Formats: sequence, C-alpha cells, structure tokens
Amino acid sequence: MILLLTRILSKVALALMVGLLAGCQGGVLDPKGQVGIEEKQLIIVATLLMLLVVIPVIFMTLYFAWKYREGRDEIYEPKWSHSTKIETIVWVIPIVIVIILGVITWKSTHALDPYKPLKSDKDHINVQVVSMNWKWLFIYPDLGIASVNELRFPANVPVAFQISSEGTMNSFFIPQLGSQIYSMAGMVTKLHLIANEPGTFKGISSNYSGPGFSNMKFNAIATPTEADFDAWVEGVKAGSHDVINNGVLNQVSYDKLAEYDADPHHKHEATPVQYYNSIEPGIFTDNVMKFMKDHGQVELLKGTSFEPKMIHDGSDHGEMNHGEMNHGEMNHEASEHSSHEMHMEADK
Amino acid sequence: MSILGKLSLDAIPFHEPILIATFSAVALGGLVLAFLLIKYNLLGTLWNNWLTSVDHKRLGVMYIVLALIMLLRGFADAVMMRLQLALSTNGGEGYLPPHHYDQVFTAHGVIMIIFMAMPFMIGLMNIVLPLQIGARDVAFPFLNNLSFWLTAGGAILVNISLFVGEFAKTGWVAYPPLAGLQFSPDVGVDYYIWALQISGIGTTLTAVNFLATVFKMRAPGMKLMDMPIFTWTCTWANILIAASFPILTVTLALLTLDRYLDFHFFTNDGGGNSMMYINLFWAWGHPEVYILVLPAFGIFSEVVSTFTGKRLFGHKSMIWASGAISILGFIVWLHHFFTMGSSANVNAFFGMATMVIAVPTGVKLFNWLFTMYRGRLRVTVPVLWTLGFMVTFTIGGMTGVLLAVPGADYVLHNSLFLIAHFHNTIIGGAVFGYLAGFVFWFPKVMGFTLNEKLGKTAFWCWLIGFFLAFMPLYVLGFLGMTRRLNHTDNPDWNIWLYIALVGAFVIMAGIISQLLQLYVSFRDRKDNMDTTGDPWNAHTLEWATSSPPQSYNFAVIPTVSDIDAFTDMKEKGEAYVRKDSYAPIHMPKNTASGMLVSGCVTVMGFALIWHIWWLAALGLFGSFVFLVIRAYTKDVDYYVQPDEVARTENAYLDSVAKG
Repeated sequence: MILLLTRILSKVALALMVGLLAGCQGGVLDPKGQVGIEEKQLIIVATLLMLLVVIPVIFMTLYFAWKYREGRDEIYEPKWSHSTKIETIVWVIPIVIVIILGVITWKSTHALDPYKPLKSDKDHINVQVVSMNWKWLFIYPDLGIASVNELRFPANVPVAFQISSEGTMNSFFIPQLGSQIYSMAGMVTKLHLIANEPGTFKGISSNYSGPGFSNMKFNAIATPTEADFDAWVEGVKAGSHDVINNGVLNQVSYDKLAEYDADPHHKHEATPVQYYNSIEPGIFTDNVMKFMKDHGQVELLKGTSFEPKMIHDGSDHGEMNHGEMNHGEMNHEASEHSSHEMHMEADK
Repeated sequence: MSILGKLSLDAIPFHEPILIATFSAVALGGLVLAFLLIKYNLLGTLWNNWLTSVDHKRLGVMYIVLALIMLLRGFADAVMMRLQLALSTNGGEGYLPPHHYDQVFTAHGVIMIIFMAMPFMIGLMNIVLPLQIGARDVAFPFLNNLSFWLTAGGAILVNISLFVGEFAKTGWVAYPPLAGLQFSPDVGVDYYIWALQISGIGTTLTAVNFLATVFKMRAPGMKLMDMPIFTWTCTWANILIAASFPILTVTLALLTLDRYLDFHFFTNDGGGNSMMYINLFWAWGHPEVYILVLPAFGIFSEVVSTFTGKRLFGHKSMIWASGAISILGFIVWLHHFFTMGSSANVNAFFGMATMVIAVPTGVKLFNWLFTMYRGRLRVTVPVLWTLGFMVTFTIGGMTGVLLAVPGADYVLHNSLFLIAHFHNTIIGGAVFGYLAGFVFWFPKVMGFTLNEKLGKTAFWCWLIGFFLAFMPLYVLGFLGMTRRLNHTDNPDWNIWLYIALVGAFVIMAGIISQLLQLYVSFRDRKDNMDTTGDPWNAHTLEWATSSPPQSYNFAVIPTVSDIDAFTDMKEKGEAYVRKDSYAPIHMPKNTASGMLVSGCVTVMGFALIWHIWWLAALGLFGSFVFLVIRAYTKDVDYYVQPDEVARTENAYLDSVAKG
C-alpha cells in the first residue's frame, strides 16, 4: 500500500520536477555542455532515489500525528518502546539507500573529476585563467593572445583551463557548462569543460572576494565553428576588433591590469572587455611562482650556515609543478604532461 | 600612534543614517530600561539574583535572553539583506552599498550561529540538564557564570562594532587571504577574531563543566544509558565542543598572528597557505552544526514522548545514533570545499562519509514516528514545532545529501541552493527545536504556561514564512545565482527574490507573535499558573520539582530506577512525598568574579582591536588579578537550613495538593 503510494508520489514529483526544469532557463538545470548535462542527470537520479525515503517519512509523520491524536479511540500502548523488527528495518532502509548513493557517488566523482581531460577527437584548447580584483584575465598561451572579462572558444571543442589568482580566492564558474573550481594565488587548479552548442553563457565568480565581487562577470562565448574562432583570434592579433586593445601582455601591463581601487567606500564598476594582441611567454607561470619566491627562505638566516638551499631560482619555468596543488595519490600524469608541453610551447 | 591606537572620531559612522538611527533607538531603549529598573527599584534584584548568580537555571535564562536579543539583531540583518536583493534586481543598486551590505551578511552569519543559536542551546541545557539528572547544580557553578559572561563579552564586542568602526566584510567564514591584512586592513576582521575567540573560550569551558556534571553528579541509580535523551544529546554536543572548539581557538590565533605580528600562516606569499585555514575552519565548523542540532533532536524526543504519553521508542538506538552522528561529524569537513581541486578519491570519500550521516539521522526520524505510533498525541505548541520540524528537516536532509555528491556540488557549491539547504536544517532543525524547548520548559522556569493561541500563530507564521523565504532560494540556486551578491541583473530571478522577501516578513510576523505571546502570558499569568511543577504530565526529573524550582532543585536527591524516572515515581506513588525532616543543603554563593574577569577580557579584546596596547595589557592584568582573588576566596558556599527547606517544600506540596 505504502509502496504503491510512494510510486504514485514519486511520479507526481517527477512531473513537477520536469515542469520546474523546463522553466529553469540559463541555470544549471539548462546545461549546454557535456559536463553540465551529466551533472544535471546526477542531480535528478540522486533526488529521485532520496524521495523514496523522504516522501514516506513526510507522509507517515502527518498520518501518525493525525491517527494517534488525542480524542480518537486508537490503540494506546504507553510502555511499548522497543521492537527489534522495526529497529532493524529503520536501520536497514537508510543503509541500503546510502549504499546505492555511495556507489553512484564513487563512480560519478571519478567520471566528473574536473582535472580529467574530456574525451574528444579534437585537441583541447588551453586557457589560463587569472582572477584579479575584480575581473577575469584569460590567457591563450598557444595562440599568443589574452582577453579580459570575455572568454571565447569554439563549440564542440574541449577546453582545458589552468586557474590561478592574483590575490583573493574566487571560484571560476560558467553555470550552464558545468563544474566550478577555486582560483587561488600561488597555486594552479584545473578544469575541463566543453560547450555542446554555440551560444553566449554567463560566467561568474562564485566565491565572494570583496566589494567589487558582484560585477566580476564575463561572457563565455562558444562560436559555431572553429573557423569563426580562428577569425576572432586573428582579429585580436591584428587589433581589428572594436574592443580596447592593450597591446602586449607582459609583466608591466599585467601589473597595471591587476591594480584595483582598494577603497571599500568607492563604487566598483565592472571592468570592460579588453584584449591583448600578444603575450610574453610564461607570464602566467611567472605570476603563479612569484608568491613562492621566499618559500623556504628566512631573512634572519641569510648568509649563515643555516640558510636553506634554494629549491628553485625562479627563472626555471619548467618547475611549475611546485605551484600546482598537491594532488594526493591521484595521478594526473596526462594533464601534467600536457601542461609541461604547453608551457614549452608558450616559451618558444 | 596616539594613546588610543587606531581609534579616533573617524571610527564613528556619522555618515551612515541607518546606523545613527539604530544607535539612537538602542540608546533610547537602554535609557527606558534603566529608568524602569530604577523606578521599580529592581537594580538590586538584577545584581543579586541575576548578574552575579551561579544558579544554573538563572544563567540559563540569561543565556536565552541574550539569544533572543541577538535573534532580533540577526533577523534585522536578514530582512535588510532580503530587501536589498529585492530592490537591486534588474541592475538596480538597492539601498545598501557593498561596504555596508558585506558587513551585514557577515554579521548575520556570525550572530545567528555564535550569538543566537549557541546561547539558546546552552541556555536550555543549563536550565534542564542538571534537573534531568537529579543534580543540585553543575559541577563548577562559578565556571558556569564565567562562561556566560565570556559569551556575553563576545556578543558585546560584535554590537560595539556597529557604532565604533566596522565589522568584517569577509563572510562569516573569514577565509584568508581576503581576511588577511593585505585585503582587510580595517578593524572589522579584528572584531570578528576577538568576539569569536572570547565567546569560544566560554563555550569550551561550558562543555568541560557539563561533561564533568553528567559523569560525576547523576542521581543515585541513574546509569549512563538511563540518562534522559535530551541530556544524552547535550552530552554528545559537549563532547563535540570539547574536541572541536580548541581547533577554532588555534585557527583564530594563527590568523591573529598573521594580522598582528606579520606571520605567514595563511598569506599568499612567504610560504603561507590559505587552504590550511579553510581546512581548519571546517574541522571546527562542521562539528559545530551538529553541536547546534543534536540538542534540538533531544528536545524533539522529549516533546514527542511527553505529549504522546508514551515511552520514547528506541532510547538506546537514539543514543547510539547521536553518537554516530557526533563521530562521523568529524570526518566530513572537506565537503565544504569539493571545488578546491582535491582528487576524485578524496572528494568521493568525503562525499560518502557525509551520506553515511543520513543513516543515523534517518533512524532518529523513524524513532520519533514510532513513538507517536499507538500513542495519545496532544497537539500542543511544542508538538506543532516538532511536526513542522519533521517535515521541514527531511527536505533539508535530502538537499544536504544531494550537496554531498561531489558531482552535484560542482554546480551547486556556494549557490543559493546551499543557502537554502543550511537554513532548512538550521532553522527547520535547530531553531524549531529551541523554540519547541522554549515553550515546553517555559512553565518550569517561570511558573506559568505560555499562551497557546499566540504560540500557534507564531508557529504557522514561522513555518509558512520559512517555506516562502527559502524554497525560492533552492530555485535561484538552480538558476545559477551565487551567494553574497550585492546586486543582480537577471530578470528570471526577480519573482523568486520578491517571494523570498515576503517570506522574511511572514517570519517577522511569527517573531512579533512570540513577543506578544510573552507579554500576554505574563499579563494573564494568574490564570496559567503551574502549581504542580508538572504541567504536561511528563517523564523526567525536571518535572519532579516545583515551578520554578528552588535554588537547590531537589530537597532530597531522588533515587532513579527507570529511564522515565518521574513517570516511574508517579506510578509507584513515590512522587510528591512529604518528608518529616530534611538535611541541610550545601550551596554555592553568588559572585561578581565572573563579570569582573570577563569584563577585563572584553576590554582587552576591544583594546587589541584598536591597537591600544597599554589598555590591552591592563585588561589582561585585570582579568588575571580578579581570577587569582577568586581562587583565594574561601567564603564561596553556604547551607540552606532544614527548617527553611521544610517550609518551602511544604508550601510546594500544599500547592500540588490543591491542584
């Protein structure tokens, strides 16, 4: 009886949910990329599974409260407080549901690991992302260009992001494409996304980072074809787009871009879209590694026999693994390898 | 640097009309209160019977008064935020610039968790726990008083920040590097640090005190597994406090070193690492939410078994489920930052560990259900809160498990879905529980019951208001809205933001009904007197004394032979027995030491916030001196004489006999 009711109720819930999803335009339930689509499915499956317990519990709460309320002549057993059979059932049902959810979790967490490159017959486009107060810098190391508050890539081509921060912690997030990852100074985190169809998607920081945080937005534009994207790249290089062109992105222009108004009483407007038509090789890594320059060094010990040996001299760009997050036992050889390669290319 | 450190007239926010109006209202309220106290000659009573009291029941009342005041402050912050977000849609600016708004959401979080929920929980525990185990007071009554004043000291610092300087603009978690000196050079984070640090030490001392109390002071015959369920859930919460609050203390101390002495624990450069702070913060922060909710679970258990007139189903099961939640609560902290880039193995482990907590929590729900089963449920106000909780919390638990799936969290992290989830569990779980406990134990503390009609109005306003205010946030999370935004420009979000604002106003109606309920019940108290000390026909020992109980709680310490000790006594005819003679009762004397020590510590905190070093040294020295003086004071106790005990007990038993 209860089982049947559960089934009816979950069908109703499903219908409601589908209705809600249809109304959810532009959010995480309206995904336009493979990662986001899988995450949406995961959310729906997990929710339905839990409703199997949640709906009966809510129903039983109201039903028992009504049935056994004072004034109705129901059976009254004031001393009844133990039943091995019921206790077993109430422990076993949640355990079974949690085991099923646990299996789903284990599999989906590995499948959706943001560090894992996406399977595709096309090569990844590499983008290095830097969060600054309060704007986003996107560097295309292989293409030799960079942009501020606008991210462009072709649809159906996977994008590999390396993410870092110039100061405060932010979270790099394009809700319609799927996963987000923190950006942290002195460290590089990774994320892999793809757009399954062309479009302009909203990108945000989803970790509060100070007074200008609300305007820290960008458009993620998936171009219909790779040719469209290439044309855009050429346009940026030639400086022919109708967008502020800052010339070369080197340490001087990087520092200038990173400047911000620290006075909290001032208004912090959104930073307009800007392009750089060429980049200094290694600019991303240099700015990740700059936070490491005193690592292991103690001023007082300098010149004494206690001075620690230098681990890296700062000019060795190939050593960028030190700036990366320690990734525990997970071996991301593939992606680390590719980042090395990419870097070499950028250095050329 | 001047003799006042960083403090100058510029620290007073004359240019903020909202703050000046608030300050005027608070000052006026204070003056009226002072006038009334003087007019009715109550200053002496306030000092002798309350502020210097070491009586656990009076300290409990003061904790709850503190919690209710802070509830009003924190709720005002909430309404301001909802109003800002409703006014600043479609690219509007609203009325709160980020500088002010960012302080408001930080203060809301800190106040609601540290200075509303914690004092409310500790207040109820103070009142009820010693009575439930048949003790005359806690193990260390003076320490209990000191703990309260340390909590109050922290609360005072947070409120001073409204009018002198500013509060943190970092969110209640104060993650570095944002909370570090580089990005937050103002005093806001220092207010945060010292308010939490001082009150946190008070909380740790409370846990030690109550653990000693349950382990050493139970009535004869009461085995550990026979302790009432509220006492048990409080005990688990105290174990969690004793194990987790020191982590907070150390984490804040490290942040203090970063900010005051140029250390580099959490900075970007110099070998610091902010990820360490985030891990440490949640190693405290996650157990903290179970500290809040476990005692509430205990309250629901007491309410359900009392008002069904039935023994709690699965008492042992409940104890172990609470224990499992407590222990598991320590190995799930990483689920607060799945998006930091840990490997899939790490994320999957913490996700699954989190889900496992749903098992003992589910068991608890089923146990409440089967307590109602074949009972005689009286649908009173505490029962309404409990039923409201069971429906609401189940939804909050479900969304929590969903967030525990890393793949889902990658898109829901930090979104309004998360905000909806934790308000769903903290309001629908902890706060509903405290409010149920408030109505349930009110007659025990004050001697009269609360107005039923207004209580029901308050409940329905809260419940409906809650759903109106927070269900839209689930939707907004799915629509991609992240937390802590000052203004938005997405037209699809408008309607949900407006509904949420309406919800906040409905909750406000609930709070107003509760204030009204207090007033009406006090006015009509002669009609609602609790003459027996047992208005609900309840099970446990706190109901075996008069309402309010005498300072010594029990004239004769009861001997316990059943889990439902008082029901057992009533059935055997051992309740309300008149004794021929009583022994003298050993009691602790009131003391101003707690106020003095904590007052000095609070002055020290204020001085450190503003870099007034001489005053900080003076505060520290003062607290040390007062502590030493207290340690060498011999005149700390007295005896209640048998004839006085006989007089009060006979008066109470006469009133029971009259009914």
